[in-house]
Amino acid sequence: MRLEPKPQPSLAETLFYPLGAIVATFAVAALLVLAAGASPFSVFALVAKGAAGSQFALLETLTRATPLIFTGLAVAVAFRARLWNIGAEAQLYIGAVVTIVLGTGALPLPAPILLPVIMLAVMAAGALLLLGPAVLKTSFGVDEVVTTLLLNFIVLLFVSMLLEGVLKDPMGLGWPQSKRVIADAQLPRLITGKRLHFGFVIAIAAAVVTWVIMKKTALGYEMRAVGHNPDAARFAGIPVNRVLMKTALLSGGLAALAGFSEVAGLKGNLTLDLSPGFGYTGIVVAMLALLNPLGVVAAAIFVAGIFVGADAMSRSAGVPSYIAEVMVATALLTMVTAIMLTRYRIRWR
Amino acid sequence: MSGFNRDMPSPEESFENAPVVLRLSGVTKRFGSLTANDAISFSVRRGEIVALLGENGAGKTTLMNILFGHYVADEGTVEAFGKELPAGDPRAALNAGIGMVHQHFTLAENMSVLENIVLGTESMWLIRFDHRAARTRIRKLANDFGLAVDPDKRVAALSVGERQRVEILKALYRDARVLILDEPTAVLTPNETEALFRTLKILVAEGLSIIFISHKLNEVMAVSDRVLVLRGGRLVGESVTSRTTRAELAQLMVGREIPPPSVAPATVGGPILTFNEVSTARTGTGTPLDKVSFSLNAGEITGLAGVSGNGQAALAALLSGIERPMSGSITIGGKPVANWSPQAALSSGIGRIPEDRHAIGTIVDMSVTENAISERYRTRFSRHGFLDWSAARSFAEEIIRDYDVKCPSPETRIRLLSGGNMQKLILGRALDSDPSIILANQPTRGLDVGAVSYVHQRLLQARERGAAILLISEDLDEILALADRIVVISKGRLSAPSARGERSVREIGELMAGHQDAALELAGAGNAA
Amino acid sequence: MEAFDILLQASFWVAAIRIASPLIFATMGELICERAGVLNLGIEGIMAAGAFAGWVTVYAGGNLWTGVIIAALVGAMFGLLHGTLTVPFGLSQHVVGIGITLLATSLTYFTYRITLPEVTSPPKIAPFQPLPIPLLSEIPVVGAALFNQTPLTYLAFVTVAVVAWVLYRTPLGMAVRAAGENPAAVEAQGIGVTSIRMGAVMVGSALMAIGGAFLTMSAFNSFFFEMINGRGWICIALVVFGSWRPGKALLGAILFAAFDAYQVRLQQLTGGVVPYQIFLMMPYALSILALIAMSRRASYPKALMVPYQKGER
Repeated sequence: MRLEPKPQPSLAETLFYPLGAIVATFAVAALLVLAAGASPFSVFALVAKGAAGSQFALLETLTRATPLIFTGLAVAVAFRARLWNIGAEAQLYIGAVVTIVLGTGALPLPAPILLPVIMLAVMAAGALLLLGPAVLKTSFGVDEVVTTLLLNFIVLLFVSMLLEGVLKDPMGLGWPQSKRVIADAQLPRLITGKRLHFGFVIAIAAAVVTWVIMKKTALGYEMRAVGHNPDAARFAGIPVNRVLMKTALLSGGLAALAGFSEVAGLKGNLTLDLSPGFGYTGIVVAMLALLNPLGVVAAAIFVAGIFVGADAMSRSAGVPSYIAEVMVATALLTMVTAIMLTRYRIRWR
Repeated sequence: MSGFNRDMPSPEESFENAPVVLRLSGVTKRFGSLTANDAISFSVRRGEIVALLGENGAGKTTLMNILFGHYVADEGTVEAFGKELPAGDPRAALNAGIGMVHQHFTLAENMSVLENIVLGTESMWLIRFDHRAARTRIRKLANDFGLAVDPDKRVAALSVGERQRVEILKALYRDARVLILDEPTAVLTPNETEALFRTLKILVAEGLSIIFISHKLNEVMAVSDRVLVLRGGRLVGESVTSRTTRAELAQLMVGREIPPPSVAPATVGGPILTFNEVSTARTGTGTPLDKVSFSLNAGEITGLAGVSGNGQAALAALLSGIERPMSGSITIGGKPVANWSPQAALSSGIGRIPEDRHAIGTIVDMSVTENAISERYRTRFSRHGFLDWSAARSFAEEIIRDYDVKCPSPETRIRLLSGGNMQKLILGRALDSDPSIILANQPTRGLDVGAVSYVHQRLLQARERGAAILLISEDLDEILALADRIVVISKGRLSAPSARGERSVREIGELMAGHQDAALELAGAGNAA
Repeated sequence: MEAFDILLQASFWVAAIRIASPLIFATMGELICERAGVLNLGIEGIMAAGAFAGWVTVYAGGNLWTGVIIAALVGAMFGLLHGTLTVPFGLSQHVVGIGITLLATSLTYFTYRITLPEVTSPPKIAPFQPLPIPLLSEIPVVGAALFNQTPLTYLAFVTVAVVAWVLYRTPLGMAVRAAGENPAAVEAQGIGVTSIRMGAVMVGSALMAIGGAFLTMSAFNSFFFEMINGRGWICIALVVFGSWRPGKALLGAILFAAFDAYQVRLQQLTGGVVPYQIFLMMPYALSILALIAMSRRASYPKALMVPYQKGER
C-alpha cells in the first residue's frame, strides 16, 4: 500500500473528509449509547439541547469554551513549531496559582491596573514553566512530550501542597481550597446573573492576536518553517533554538491564561479540580482547528458544546457523561485521518 | 575511464546461444498523469552485462523497482528463468534469483555484516538462529568473488566501498542469478570502480547476468556487453556496446544536441575567501576537517573532488555558516570573520546551493514564495516584525521568471515541483543578490540533462561576473568540465590545487583514494593555499 | 540511622519488586514498539484499559488468567488501531498516541460506569496471591523479594527474558531491530515493514495492558479512576534510560521502583515535617532526570518516528 500525494485537493474533497470524520465520531458515539441501553437519537437531541437549546445552554457552552480557547491556542502555537506541548494542564494551574497569589489582596491596586498586572505575571509563569522542557529539548535533545507530561503530575502535586499549606483558605470548611480573589481582581460577568465572563472576550482577542502573529509576522513564518523542517530552517539562517524558546514562551503564556480566566472570571478561588483536563482537551481543539488560531475558537465552542450537552444529557438520560470524552478523542483520530485523506490518495498497488 | 581489457570472445557469439534469464514484455507504469515506463520490452541472457542508460528521470529506477517488486506495473509482464514473476512481491523476486544493489544502501547500521546478509533468509518462526554455517558460507563467497569483508564488523564502521561489497554479498548469499546495480559507481573512487568492474567480470564468468544502471557513458562503454537507452520512459535504443559510439548513445539518451558548456578562459582576480588552518569538531559519523588552508579567487571555479564522506560535508557546513571552525580562521575580503552563522555567511556575500534540495535546500511543505524569501525574510521583507507578503510575492515572481522555474503559481507548495525546478529556485535564491562567493554543493545531482546544462550555464555566468565559486561534486566529469582548478579532499585534508588539465584522471583518482600528493611530499608542505 | 535501615528490610524489597512489576510489563511493551520504529504514546491509556478489562473479567466470574488474556487482547486491539494510523497511514505518532490515550481512558471510564452504575466505592475481586517458590523463598531478604511474589510478577521477569531472547537470538527479533534502524533494509530483503511494525505495536500494547492489569489483579484488587497515575509516561522514560535494551530497562524499572518504595517509607519516617506531596513528586522528577542523564548517549533506533513509504522516489 502506498500514499501518493494529490496535487491540489478540490474544495469538495477538503470538506468531504473532515465531514466524514464528524460522521464517524457520531457513529461511534451512537454505538456507545446503544451499549448503555439508550436511544442514540434521543441522546443526541438531548446533547444538542444541552449545548445550545436555550440561552442558558448557549452561555454555558461559551463559558466552557473559554479555557479551551486558551489551551487550544497554546497547543496550536506550539504544534506549529513542532514543539509538543502536552503540559498545558500544568501551565494552566501555574497561571491559577499566580492569580491567587497576586489577586487575594497582596496587591492593593485598582482593577484596571491590577488585572493587566496579574495577566502579565500569569503569562510569565506559564512561559517559564514551558521554557524548562524547551531548553531540555534544544540543549539535551530530551523529548518534550514526556517532560511536559511528567511536569503535569509534578505541578498538580505542587498545587495540592500549596492548597494544604500557604494558600489554604482559613475559612474553608476543611477541604483544600484557596482564598477568594478580591473584587478588583475579578473579571466582570458579561451578562449580570449569568456565568459568561470577560475571560471569553480576552480569549477571542488572544485568538485574533495569535492569528496575526502566525500569519503576518516574521515570527509566525519562523515558527512554521521550524515546525516543517528545522534543518532547512537552520540552513536558511533562521535561529531555530531562539524560535523554539519564543514559541514556548507564547504557548506557555496562553495556557496559563486559561487558569487565570477560570479563577478570576468563573470560580473565584483555586481548588484541585479547577481543570477537568482542559490542557489535554486543548490538544484535540487545536488539531480539530487544523492549528489555525481562528479555527480554535470554533473548535473550542464545538467541543465545549459536546461536554456541556453531555453533562445535561447525562443528568436526564443516565448515559455516562464520559461519552463526551470518547467523542472528542474519536474526533481527534478521525480528523487527522481525514486530513491525510484529503492530501494523499491511497494506492493499493 | 581507462580502457578495459576484456578477454572474452566477441559478444554476438557467446550470447546469442545463451538462455534468456530475464524477459520484460510491455512493462508500463504510470503515476497520475506521468508515464514513468512506457511499454518497455527487452531480455537479458545468461552471462551478459547489460547497461541501462538514461539521464535522471528517464525511468530507470522505476523499472528496477518493478523488477524488484516494490512497484506493480500497470501493464506488461516480467519473466525470470521462463516463469512469470508475481507482481509487487519482493520475496518472489528474491526467490527467483533477482538481486538488487540499490543506489542508497539498504543496510542496518546497528547490526553486523553477517546479520544484514542473513536478514530475511531464515524463517521468522525460528526459535534460535545458528550463524556458524552462514559465517562460513559468507567467508567462502567473499573469497570466491574477491569481496573482502569481515562478517562480524558492525556496518556503521564500514567504508562506502565495503558497504557496497556487503550489498553484493547479500544478493550472492541468496543465490542471485541476475544482479541489478543501480548507479553503483556514484560513490566510488576511480580505483574502486575498476575493482567493481573486475568483480562483475568474475560474476558473469560464474554464469550470473548483470544489469548495470547508469547515466555515465564512459562506464557503460567500458563494462557492458549490450546497452539499452531509456528516455522519457521509453526504450529508444538498443545496441551491442562494441558496435556503437559515445556520441550515438549521448544522442539517444538526450534526444537532442546539448552542447557542452563553453568555458571562456578565466580572468582570475584576487582571493576573496581564505581558510587558514581550519579544523572542525567531529560531529556524528562525518569526517572533520583537519587544518585546511585554501583560498577562493574572484572569477574562478574551484572544483573539490573526492569520494563522499571525506570531509566535504564539514567544508560545506562551514561555508554555509552552519558550523564554526574549531581552530583556525576564515577571512573574507581581507577581514577575519567573527560569530560565524548562516546569517553571517549570507551577509558576507556567500550564495549557497546545498547538497540536498529536499532535506535542507527547501521546506517542501511551504510555498514557492515562502521558500524564496527564506534567507532574507528579516532583512528585506519585514518591517517592525511584520512580513510584507506582497513584496515577497513579487520577489518570488521575479525569480520564477528569471530562472525559468516552472510552477502553477508562487503559492504552490514547492513539494509539487520537479527536482529541476526546485533546484532552479534554489539557484535563483542564491544567485539573485549577485554574491561574491558561491558554494555549489552537488548542484546537478539527480537532475535531467536540460536542468544540468542550465545550472552549469548559470555558474559560468556568475564566474564571468567575478564570483569565487567552490564546486563540490562527486561527478568527476562535471568538475573536469567546469573547474578552473581542482583540489582533492581526502580524510579531511586538501591536496594542493592543480590547474585545469594539469593532473590526469588517474592522479586525481589516487588522491581521492588517499594517496599522498607526491608534489607535496617533495615540497614538505602540509597543504598549500 | 533509620533512613538506611529501610534498605535492609525484606518488606522494602518485596514492595519494590511488586511496584516494579507493572512497570516491567509496560516498559517491555514500549521497548518493542520503539525498537521497531514506532513511538507508542497510547501507553497510559492502554494500561488503564488493560487494568479495567482484566479486573472486570474476574468481576464477571472469569478466572484470573482469563482476565490477563482478555487484558492482553484489549491492549492488542488498541495497538492495532495505533498501528494502522501510524504505520500504513503514516500519521504523526505523537498526535495518534495522545489520541489513543484519551480514547482508551475515556472508553474505560465510560464502560466502567455503564457496567457498574450504582457503586459508590469500587468493588473488589480476589486478586493473585503470592506464590512462594519452595527453598528459594527462604533466602533472607532476596528470597522474599524475588521468590515470594504473585505469579504475575514471575511472568514479568519471564517476559523480560523472552523479549531479550527474541530480539537478539531470533530472525524475527533481527527483523524488528532492522525495521527500527533502516526500514529500507528490511524491505530490500523481502520482509514487509508494515507487518513487522504493526505486529510489534500490537504485541507491545498487549504487554502494556497486562502491566495495567497487574495493578487491579495483583497489586490491588479493585479498579479506580486515575489509577495509572502517570506510570505510562514513566515507562517511556525507562525505555530511554535502558537504552532500548531489555536487561538495562529491567534494571531501570527495579531501581525506579525501589526509589518509589523508599520514598513511601521515608515519608513515614519524617512524619509530616516534609509535605507528602514532595515525596510523591519524586518519581516523576526522577524520570525527568533519567531522561536528561541518558540524552547525550542516546543510541536510539534511527528510524524511530519516521514513517516508511515504499519505494519513495
